[in-house]
Amino acid sequence: MLEILRQPWPWYVAGAMIGLTVPALLLLGNKHFGISSSLRHICAACIPANIPFFKYEWKKEAWNLFFVVGVLLGGTVATYFLSNPDPIVVSGKTVAALQELNIEVDHELMPASIFSFENLFSLRGLIFFVIGGFLVGFGTRYGGGCTSGHAIMGLSNLQWPSLIATCCFMAGGFIMVHLLFPWLMSL
Amino acid sequence: MQHTKDEFVETPVIDHPVECESPNDQVAEESLIGSNIKYLFVGVVFGIVFVKAEIISWYRIQEMFRLHSFHMYGVIGTAVVVGMISVFLIKKFSIKTMQGEKVIFHDKQFHWGNVIGALLFGLGWAITGACPGPLFAQIGSGFLVVIVTLVSAVAGTWVYGLLRDKLPH
Repeated sequence: MLEILRQPWPWYVAGAMIGLTVPALLLLGNKHFGISSSLRHICAACIPANIPFFKYEWKKEAWNLFFVVGVLLGGTVATYFLSNPDPIVVSGKTVAALQELNIEVDHELMPASIFSFENLFSLRGLIFFVIGGFLVGFGTRYGGGCTSGHAIMGLSNLQWPSLIATCCFMAGGFIMVHLLFPWLMSL
Repeated sequence: MQHTKDEFVETPVIDHPVECESPNDQVAEESLIGSNIKYLFVGVVFGIVFVKAEIISWYRIQEMFRLHSFHMYGVIGTAVVVGMISVFLIKKFSIKTMQGEKVIFHDKQFHWGNVIGALLFGLGWAITGACPGPLFAQIGSGFLVVIVTLVSAVAGTWVYGLLRDKLPH
């Protein structure tokens, strides 16, 4: 059993479990699946700075913060108790494309050549951590949600603004990978 | 469709709690720890799925945007179908919450942030290899440098709050 759990889980298992989070949260207590809201609650709790957007009863939404702490702990459990002994399998075409950009494909979930503390104060660090993170936080809030709130919860509830947002998420990703990325990596 | 909070709909740019995109609609009182701890456990399961299906992997996101792998499309597609069926069943059979309350659904109001903001998020998603959920799971997996990304994401959210009235919606 443990051996099966240690293997990478197939997309249909993961997809089904993520989809079931929607009714789980609704039935546990009328909570709407959406993760980027946690970032807003962190602002409201720690640095509201009298900005109207952050002045609300964040404690009422605290379930969302418990949820993301759980996600973090889940990451720890999976990595230290259920980790896959084999190196990650990356599509050959992607490996070739990344090598062309001088990004070395290693055996972890994230490339160490980018996601390490040595890069923190370099141009790469600025792009991948600071600017990337800023775009995620700013974009999700401006966009009204992220992959969970729009693509999964919103589409589950047949909301057309969520469909538009989901298409724009994907468009942004394609623009980054195909148009901006080669330029950013040449800096 | 529920229209219980339609009075808020006049302003497209949202007032809490409707403007909170993942609102808490429970009426019954909740204690900070006792009531919320169950969401931590749901989060743990969710985080395990993220890691075990390699959804938090920067490489999987690259593959997705390069159309070199079906994996992420399979995950998101299955999640949406399962979510849709679940929501349909909850509505159809008026399934109540554990507290015996009616499940509330909100209609989202379109605003231009759904386009501009979503595009900006897409750019960030492809660089960081993470949407907000995987950020937390990446940190939990030991990629501690992602804490910097998370702090930047909080800063981005804060700056949005600051500039919100000046941005087109």
